[in-house]
Amino acid sequence: MAKRIDVSGLNAYYGSFLAIEDISMSIEPRTVTAFIGPSGCGKSTFLRTLNRMHEVTPGGRVEGKVMLGDENLYGAGIDPVSVRREVGMVFQRPNPFPTMSVYDNVAAGLKLNGNFKKSELDDIVERSLKGANLWNEVKDRLNKPGSGLSGGQQQRLCIARAIAVEPNVLLMDEPCSALDPISTLAIEDLIGELKERFTIVIVTHNMQQAARVSDRTAFFNLAAVGQPGKLIEMDETERIFSNPSVQATEDYISGRFG
Amino acid sequence: MDITTQNPTSPPASRPSEVEQKRAARAATRPGDRVFLALSRGSGVFLLVLMAAIAGFLTYRSALALSENEANFFTTFEWNPTGNPPEFGIAVLAFGTVVSSIIAMAIAVPVAVGIALFITHYAPRRLAGPIAYVIDLLAAVPSIVYGLWGVLFLVPHMQGLYGWLDDYLGWTGIFEWQGGAPRSLFTAGVVLAIMILPIITNVSREVFRQVPQMHEEAALALGATRWEVIRMAVLPYGRSGVISASMLGLGRALGETMAVAMVLSPAFTINASLLDWGGGTFAQNIAAKFSEASVMGRDALIASGLVLFVITLLVNGTARMIVARRKEFSGANA
Repeated sequence: MAKRIDVSGLNAYYGSFLAIEDISMSIEPRTVTAFIGPSGCGKSTFLRTLNRMHEVTPGGRVEGKVMLGDENLYGAGIDPVSVRREVGMVFQRPNPFPTMSVYDNVAAGLKLNGNFKKSELDDIVERSLKGANLWNEVKDRLNKPGSGLSGGQQQRLCIARAIAVEPNVLLMDEPCSALDPISTLAIEDLIGELKERFTIVIVTHNMQQAARVSDRTAFFNLAAVGQPGKLIEMDETERIFSNPSVQATEDYISGRFG
Repeated sequence: MDITTQNPTSPPASRPSEVEQKRAARAATRPGDRVFLALSRGSGVFLLVLMAAIAGFLTYRSALALSENEANFFTTFEWNPTGNPPEFGIAVLAFGTVVSSIIAMAIAVPVAVGIALFITHYAPRRLAGPIAYVIDLLAAVPSIVYGLWGVLFLVPHMQGLYGWLDDYLGWTGIFEWQGGAPRSLFTAGVVLAIMILPIITNVSREVFRQVPQMHEEAALALGATRWEVIRMAVLPYGRSGVISASMLGLGRALGETMAVAMVLSPAFTINASLLDWGGGTFAQNIAAKFSEASVMGRDALIASGLVLFVITLLVNGTARMIVARRKEFSGANA
């Protein structure tokens, strides 16, 4: 379960365009780390390098090292498919499979990982939905389409789907930006519970959210459009929002730009 | 009326401005809306009238022939409308039409889905374009050219396959071969398969291309391989589209005339084996007999055309039912 992440000297490209440059950071197990920064600063791109989703984009490639525990995700002979089974992801827009029921959505990842008995599947589906604080709302409609749920429920369904396969790390790319405040609160509460079991990395545009949910915060910025995004500073969340050591961070969180 | 000279600062509130007057006048009539409504409603009604007219014509002329028919129209293995007494039935034609179309679908649908997936999800971009272009080109080849190719190239080259099928699957009875020229329903089905391949491929390709990126990424992020992404996200999403595509292809296969007429060696018999001579299809039979038929003969052929019309309706209705049955899981509500 929950493993530590060590990134060193990471560059990510789209074709010949350098999107993020020379990023190094450590993420402790069982913590919530928030990435903040203006649009286009590469925080989502960086998040997607942590489960090798960046290279799914045509022209996407990565240089550098990402250690998950004691394994380099970009080492020779590492299969990106098996990386993604260890590092789960929740996306900006809720994306349950529209052709599957609530139950099948949660079981989707399990079915990729091997043969489970029906009773085992039932148990894991129930546990995952409970883990995502969704069980009580959907237990009577497990066979209805997942796309029939509300936006906030769909996003929690996606979280249940991601945690069903017991990943080491859970990546969240602006998971609340398409949700109303009440659904957002439900997800934020959930993040607080999930960090007991998982290492969580969350990208957010909402600085209050970063302040509420995260233990550590990383601020990304870019010098100008067309320039690569860089990690400006990373520290305890409390410190970033009260007394950051870099002027640009203070300007950003106090709303002077971005 | 020139507002600026009459009232340089602002028009009085009581009188509507020129723009407001025009807007009100337009709102009362909305000529664009009316014309468009009339056009679209007219087109819809026209289509229904056309279908009714075709059905009415077929039914009327069929009734003339059927009232003279001395044999059972559905079970008779004979076509002799000018005999004394006139005897004709569509058993052989219905069997041949359905069987050759089933063979065509069994070959064409998997291949077409495979090509469509290759173009949209596997092929490098510079290869996908040309392949799609060639498939489009295939759709534009006239059916008589497929017929020529079938009879001049495919038939002489089918001997080997027929022999192989007879050796290994002959025991089923379906693939037993007596050694005649391979101009059977099976060869007709193969030609039909090639003819309906482009339409099924093209429509499937469009459907697969429209699978939202976010569903494919959802599967990838769970650790799905490329094939698993296709199985989890692409095929279920495209399912109803592929069914519709197959129905377009099936419609063409059921009604195809020239290519079947050229390849098939017709006879009014039903063989258990698909590889033996004999059989026929509705469209092929009409094409072969129409020019030399008497008035009675023509009406009999029209009666067979009516049956084809009904079969096509049934097939399309069934397909719609299949698509509608899982509507809430179609992805259309995502």
